[in-house]
Amino acid sequence: MKSRNLIIGGALSALFVAAALISFAWTPFDVTQMNIPAKLQTPNSTHWLGTDHFGRDIFSMIMVGARTSIAVALVAVGIGMGVGVPLGLAAAARQGSLLDEVIMRGNDLVFAFPSLVIAILITAVFGPGAVNAIIAIGIFNIPVFARLTRGAALPLWQREFIMAARVAGKGASRISLEHILPNVTNLLIVQVTIQFSLGILAEAGLSYVGLGAQPPLPSWGRMLADAQTMVSFAPHLALIPGGAIILTVLGLNLMGDGLRDLLDPRIRVERT
Amino acid sequence: MLRYSLKRLLSLVISLIIASLVIFLVIEVAPGDPASFMLGINAQEDTLNALREELGLNQSKLERYLSWTSGMLQGDFGTSYTYRTPVAQMVADRLWVSLPLALYALALSTMIAFPAGIYAASRRGAPGDVAVMGATQLGVAIPNFWFAMMLVLIFAINLRWFSAGGFPGWDEGLFAGLKALTLPAIALALPQAAILARVMRSSLLDILNEDFIRTARAKGLSRRQALWRHALRNALIPVLTIIGLQFSFLLAGSIIIEQVFYLPGLGRLVFQSISQRDLIVVESVVMLLVFAVIMVNFIVDLAYAFVDPRLRSRT
Repeated sequence: MKSRNLIIGGALSALFVAAALISFAWTPFDVTQMNIPAKLQTPNSTHWLGTDHFGRDIFSMIMVGARTSIAVALVAVGIGMGVGVPLGLAAAARQGSLLDEVIMRGNDLVFAFPSLVIAILITAVFGPGAVNAIIAIGIFNIPVFARLTRGAALPLWQREFIMAARVAGKGASRISLEHILPNVTNLLIVQVTIQFSLGILAEAGLSYVGLGAQPPLPSWGRMLADAQTMVSFAPHLALIPGGAIILTVLGLNLMGDGLRDLLDPRIRVERT
Repeated sequence: MLRYSLKRLLSLVISLIIASLVIFLVIEVAPGDPASFMLGINAQEDTLNALREELGLNQSKLERYLSWTSGMLQGDFGTSYTYRTPVAQMVADRLWVSLPLALYALALSTMIAFPAGIYAASRRGAPGDVAVMGATQLGVAIPNFWFAMMLVLIFAINLRWFSAGGFPGWDEGLFAGLKALTLPAIALALPQAAILARVMRSSLLDILNEDFIRTARAKGLSRRQALWRHALRNALIPVLTIIGLQFSFLLAGSIIIEQVFYLPGLGRLVFQSISQRDLIVVESVVMLLVFAVIMVNFIVDLAYAFVDPRLRSRT
């Protein structure tokens, strides 16, 4: 049951990552090429997932859209981890200090700005775009990783092997890097899959309202925005990109569940 | 409790000050001059200056920040650059749509999640539990704006039970208003209900493994009796925290859903303001949303400390 989650989730995620990677080299049709006579076709042998209102091939757009979604979510998670994990480690190493207090209160503050609100602020100032969407989602990810790392690192600092490292003369930053970080990695891997799926959803939402990826860059969220006025006579325009988002997020969530079961020794013990 | 409350209150005030500073500074670096935007590129320099003077744009940054924040404390959010009407009035009008929508969605989410979570926990491992967990897994993965489009397709276009969008206003009666908000509220509630049902289930399962439940069972209570009489009340603490946090997500999330249903709420106001570069409106709406999130977190913290005395002593 548990490994089934990992297998199904991993397969679904791999499918979309593969589609994104292949799209760099090959797509069935050029995504920017319009073909008005072939517009609004339902799935058929030439256009496997049909065509949109400009006659563009939806299968090709889904492939390139996967690239946009995955790239935005991946970089945003990278920002969240790259900044959040060191902050969390530093806060845990100096628990109760001014640094800890400043980091945690700063995190509380960032939490008060949902990613959509950050995106609105950034867009109001710098205009919409994929890069601004990445920054908005990335900033929102920072406190998630900082809190998780701090929470997991705090009990470790009381353990004997850390005391032994301190007696051996290692400093706080070296202990954090060499002993704490490897012990919180499992937890971080699981969180990465969760934040990655949230990032895909956030990117779709931002693109849908016009704050994310801009034309001609295909994006699942904008495909849905375009489909909105045509959903009554061409429902496949909404069903296909929506299905792509749902399957990707579902795959990542299942993979996260599977990984957690696999990597968390307590659950492993319970199962045996 | 008093000491804890005061400490949290101080933290709340500091958070609000820093948040207002961040929002003000971000909007400050925005390129473009609101006065020339309002009057167009052909405006005379002295007319521009007069307008800048009127809007307070000639003051120093510090003076403008202080006048913005002190104005907000008195309910004065400034004047819209585009419509020349008080921002507070515009925001208040839109809040009559966004706030009921968020509350409606919260009520729906709770009404779906509670029975689902309790049902799943009481039948752990059984087909019913697996089905509920499968449904929540799907619920978390569905983008709410896509779900909204599907609701419109089925219930507005095909079945014609609801209108596909728009809001008649509360003047048309409570029923008409609630009917217009029903599909948007369902769309907003779905992912939140899925999250809440999962939290409810896992919280109940944790409590069901506690010693006092074992004692209750040993005294002769059935698993169901132990769940309803003892476990549920204890499992509610984390669930209530999540409900509090969800409210702020629903308020922010309604921004996107309002776009799907063309609802005249805060979301549409903010997007119109962005396209018209009416930054003072953007600034005020963002501050209001952040204020709502910080306030809800504050209330949740206090409520949590009220029911769980261990938290008070920890700080």
